[in-house]
Amino acid sequence: MTVSTIELRVTDADRRIARYAAAAIALTVAEAALPSPLPGVKPGLANIVVLIVLLRHGWRDAAWVSLLRVLAGSLLVGQFLAPGFFLALAGALASLAVLALAVRLPQRWFGPVSASVLAAFAHIGGQLLLARLWLVPHDGVFLLAPVFGLSALVFGIVNGLIAARMLKEEQ
Amino acid sequence: MKTWAALLRPGDWLLVLLGAGAVAVSFPLLWSGGKAERAVVRLDGRVVAEFPLTAPRRFAVTGPLGETLIEIAPGRARVLSDPGPRQYCVQQGWLTRPNAIAICAPNHVSLSLSGKDASHDSLNY
Repeated sequence: MTVSTIELRVTDADRRIARYAAAAIALTVAEAALPSPLPGVKPGLANIVVLIVLLRHGWRDAAWVSLLRVLAGSLLVGQFLAPGFFLALAGALASLAVLALAVRLPQRWFGPVSASVLAAFAHIGGQLLLARLWLVPHDGVFLLAPVFGLSALVFGIVNGLIAARMLKEEQ
Repeated sequence: MKTWAALLRPGDWLLVLLGAGAVAVSFPLLWSGGKAERAVVRLDGRVVAEFPLTAPRRFAVTGPLGETLIEIAPGRARVLSDPGPRQYCVQQGWLTRPNAIAICAPNHVSLSLSGKDASHDSLNY
C-alpha cells in the first residue's frame, strides 16, 4: 500500500462531532421506522443531540452535528436530494439560526426547553416556507400550520426536557 | 413529575405558554376558511342579485313555483321561505362560510356565499 501523501489531521473536536453526529444519525434512522400521522409530524429525537451539543460545546459544533445528521440521515433512509432532504435541510438551517439567538438568552431564566421549543417552531417554519415556495405553491399548505405548530410545541417540550435531564445528570 | 418540572426555568414556562397560545390561536384563524363577504342569488343558474354581507336586508326572487325570500344579515345569509315542497334550502338555516350554498331546486333558486377567492363549494367538497 502506498502511503498517502494527504494527511488529514483529526482533532479532538472532529472526533467529538463525529460521535455526536453518529448518535443523531442513529436516532434519525430509528425515527424513520416510526409511523407518522402526517409527513412532517415527527418527534425529531436527533434534535436532543443537537441541543446537548449546543449547550455543551457551542453553536459551531451543534451546526456541524445538525447538518451532518441531515446529510447522512437522508443517505441512509434513501432520501438524499429528494424533497424530504431539502425540507429537512431547510428545517435544520432555520432552527440553527434560531438556536444561535436562543443561546444568548439569559441562562438564569431560559433553559434547554426554551431553546428546544424555539428550535422546533423554527424547524417547522423553515419547512413550511420551503414547501410553500417550492413544493406546494399555494397558501393551502399553511392550513397545516396549526397541526405542525402543535406537534412542534409538544415534541419541543419533550425533547427539551430530555436534553435538560441529560445535561443535569452529567453535572 | 416533580423532577421533570424542576428542569423548567421561569422563561421556559413563559415560552411554553406563549407557544401554546399561538397554536391555540392559529387553529380557528387558519381553519375558519376565510370570511364570507358576498351573497349571490341565482335563478336558473343566472345571477339575479348580489349583496355584500354587511347590512341586513331581504330580497325576493320569483321562480316557476313562486317567490323565494332571501334574508341577508351581517356576515351571514339564509333562505327565509321557499314555495318548494321539501324546504331543504330553508332548513339549511344560516349560511356563514364562504362557498356555502343553499339550493331550492324546485323553484330553480340558489343562494351562495363567496369569500375573497373562489374555491370548492360546500356541495362539491
